[in-house]
Amino acid sequence: MSKAGQRKRSYTVVGQPLPKIDAYGKVTGRALYADDIMLPRMLCATLLRSPHPHARILSIDTSRAEELPGVLAVITGADLPRKFGILPSSQDEYALAIDKVRYVGDPVAAVAALDPETLDEALKCIQVEYEVLPALLSIDEALAHPEVKINDEARIGNIHKAVAYEFGDMEAGFAQADYVREDWFYYEGNNHAPLEEHACVASWEPHPSDPVGGKLTLWSSTQTPHYVHRELSKVLDLPRSHVRVIAPDVGGGFGGKSDPFSHEICAAELSRRTGRPVKVSCTREEVFLLHRGRHPVKMWIKTGVKKDGRLTAMYFRSFLDGGAYGSYGIATTYYTGALQTVTYHLPCYKFEGMRLFTNKPPCGPKRGHGTTQPRFAIEVHLDKLAHDLAIDPLELRKRNLIEPYSYAVNGLRITSCALGECLDQVTERPGWNEFHVTRAQQQTKLAQNGHEVATSSVKHGLGLAASSYICGAGKPIYWNDLPHSAVQIRLDRGGGVTVYCGSTDIGQGSTSMLAYIAAEELGITPERIHVETADTTLTPVDLGSYSSRVTFMAGNAALAAARKLREQLIEAAAAHLHVPEEQLVLENNILYAEADPGISLTFTQAVEQAEARFGALVAAGSYKPPEGIHGDYKGAGVGPSPAYSYSTCVARVAVDTETGELVVEKLWLAHDIGQAINPLLVAGQVEGGAYMGYGEAVMEQQIFRKGRHKIPSLLDYKLATTLDTPEIETILVSHPDLEGPFGGKEAGQGPLNPVIPAIANAVYDAIGVRIDATPITSDKILRALKNLEQGKSDTPTVSATDFAGAWPTRLIKWQLSPQQENVSQDGAVSSLKEGVH
Amino acid sequence: MRTLIHLHINGEQHELAVQPHHTLLEVLREDLGLTGTKHGCELGECGACTVLIDGQPILSCLTLPLEVQSAEITTIEGLEQHGVLHPLQETFAELGAAQCGYCTPGMLLSGAALLKEHPQPTPGQTKEALAGNLCRCTGYTKIYEAVEAAAQRIMEKQSGLNSSVKESVYE
Repeated sequence: MSKAGQRKRSYTVVGQPLPKIDAYGKVTGRALYADDIMLPRMLCATLLRSPHPHARILSIDTSRAEELPGVLAVITGADLPRKFGILPSSQDEYALAIDKVRYVGDPVAAVAALDPETLDEALKCIQVEYEVLPALLSIDEALAHPEVKINDEARIGNIHKAVAYEFGDMEAGFAQADYVREDWFYYEGNNHAPLEEHACVASWEPHPSDPVGGKLTLWSSTQTPHYVHRELSKVLDLPRSHVRVIAPDVGGGFGGKSDPFSHEICAAELSRRTGRPVKVSCTREEVFLLHRGRHPVKMWIKTGVKKDGRLTAMYFRSFLDGGAYGSYGIATTYYTGALQTVTYHLPCYKFEGMRLFTNKPPCGPKRGHGTTQPRFAIEVHLDKLAHDLAIDPLELRKRNLIEPYSYAVNGLRITSCALGECLDQVTERPGWNEFHVTRAQQQTKLAQNGHEVATSSVKHGLGLAASSYICGAGKPIYWNDLPHSAVQIRLDRGGGVTVYCGSTDIGQGSTSMLAYIAAEELGITPERIHVETADTTLTPVDLGSYSSRVTFMAGNAALAAARKLREQLIEAAAAHLHVPEEQLVLENNILYAEADPGISLTFTQAVEQAEARFGALVAAGSYKPPEGIHGDYKGAGVGPSPAYSYSTCVARVAVDTETGELVVEKLWLAHDIGQAINPLLVAGQVEGGAYMGYGEAVMEQQIFRKGRHKIPSLLDYKLATTLDTPEIETILVSHPDLEGPFGGKEAGQGPLNPVIPAIANAVYDAIGVRIDATPITSDKILRALKNLEQGKSDTPTVSATDFAGAWPTRLIKWQLSPQQENVSQDGAVSSLKEGVH
Repeated sequence: MRTLIHLHINGEQHELAVQPHHTLLEVLREDLGLTGTKHGCELGECGACTVLIDGQPILSCLTLPLEVQSAEITTIEGLEQHGVLHPLQETFAELGAAQCGYCTPGMLLSGAALLKEHPQPTPGQTKEALAGNLCRCTGYTKIYEAVEAAAQRIMEKQSGLNSSVKESVYE
């Protein structure tokens, strides 16, 4: 029997649709975001940005700006000469450009002043002399002009990173195929467009007796205070002990607030120079320019199948348009190839990817990081294969499901997987089979009537897609053996509970998740819990709100910390009540003897007893992903995760063949959540992901004219409003994961991925044409219909990228060990499952 | 050159000297510290800065304070009265309609104006009324549910089923 007393059979907090613990702050306007912070004597600051996509900086003259009354400091690249970047392998940014600018919007100078009017005036007074260089604005241009070198990080021409892998025997795989198909796809880049524009406040406190000279605090709308802390310390040449980064309430991120940014570094430096707090509030245009959004990706895919639809081999190539700097791009490149293997069983798989520098805003991670683009390609490609083989697309997918508790061909460890059930449920609700049977009958009837019945120009279709996503990256961004997440919990003698964690709530509800998990384990209600988060000085580390990692990692850390305190409470209560530990129950704020509930202590009394016995009640827990979840080849660190979530989507569309108008009428999403810690918040994540996927599928588009972002505003850059967004129905499929906290898995990113291909497949189902480039707009639909009418139905939507010659990197060949292969074949009842704790 | 103006906000009179070209959004946030009103574009595109002017939802980033001196202005800080939340504030919190919370103040004020005009709005009326308020988190689903639930609460209140909430909240 456990030291921690009796375990309840059912949860009292976990699984309940509770309000978020910070919900009332958000509905009353009390929530404090970075731009809401006002400090005494605070200055405002802004960045001067490049008007050219590619140019050499010949000179910068700031003297006139410095002389303006009300200007307190002006800095340029020479003042911050240390390089930085989120990945240790691409340290290619300066806070302010030195020598060269690489995109329209690249920052070149920063000014601090008393008021915004003075700032505007000061920016006009800074004279920058540029020598304009040729600009490369697409994947194909970057490949065609290696002589125009955009970024020195590129080893060959403008190729930032190239990777090549072969898993299993490709020759044998294609030889076994009865049918082989290949396709090109293009996925458009897009911006996260969080409603809160990036903002930060920096405050330097001088300490003349300290050799460092003072301490810096930065409040910033960031998803990753830990990484901002590291980079600030590096660029400002300050010990990390002297830098504190705090993320206040963050108004949405979606990946767009995961990098360290120039404006954060400049605010800090300007505060150090002026000795006054400095705020930078980015405009919406600046959010589009600092970007780090979804990479535009061109993809080629070739797949072999048996007649019955079973996959025998897949060969996948990706070309990423990275923009001007590295950001997360190396990881993104790997991600465009890494997760193909965890959804469907692939006996062999080859992946070649490359990222190119272009003179556009740098791309980075957006919800679904690097997996959204290939998922669109694969799921549309599979749909085409199904039609070629005359197999129901649902059936084709079901014949290829990855086995739970197995190893994928690239060495990724798969644990819980409810993909089959997600496919069943998501197709049952909209009546997948009935829809197609009824339509076939109607068409037969029409044919029999000799088309006498007038038909509408509006055609309906259903499309299906499936996907998978990581529950946290298995490896940290910088190499280390430290925990990925840690939580400290303090019980005070008044019965209050404070949970400390570095995690950052960007709206997904991670702060509430910590409270629910601690409450469940401590047998209390969440109201008495206070949560302190995202403060590099006060809270133990959490790597950040990216890679859908927080519930799994910080949740497990919270559980571990709470368990230690629970054991202390039980031990002290057992001694005080003279009841054996194993007979005590702790739930609903009461600790009592199971046999005689009259023998009890309130939670507060139990805390007093435990504090008297053990001293101050503080416990820490931490989480690090297990070993052995990936292969042992170079590059195997991108893709592994302690668990994978699975999502499926059915889209119902109506397409007007006369106007090309596409209306997505409804989206059904089934999501394998493991165990919802709070189903209300999980559904919110699924709905938000579906909405964002819908926007990417049909309207969001980056347009550049002569290197300049043509539509950096929320009016011209189309975001779905209430009038556009389709009805969304969420189905949560619950099979607790053996390693997740209370069985929980991620929900923040995975549900976006199947939406885009489901819509594309529904368009085909409705009108019989394929749009293989996002966004699926009316003009593309009309063009494809015209081609169909003219008998040119095989006209490709995407032109091939001609990459002659060998892939510019060494091919790494790797295969599973026979033992791992056997685990795959054994299926669910495997030694792997037993090994999972 | 600053101009002296009078604003009536959330039932309180304010006399203040402002730059005449400053928008109501800037004056609310920076001169009066009413930071519950948010901004996402400063160009009238996103709806985050919505406030009520004489009960009508208006974009404060496109409004000059000089023009609204005679009007009654309600910001998110004024939607809650005497510590009692508007039913929409309750249902937004309870039903997960506020994720990051950044669009929430504007969304609530547009929603409050809707429920005043249409106490039992149809789904179409709700969508129409909230079409100018962008939300990037929720996919709007939970927001519709919260509006519907708030309408229900108001109806129950008006038929006397829930007498604990003050009348003034619904006015």
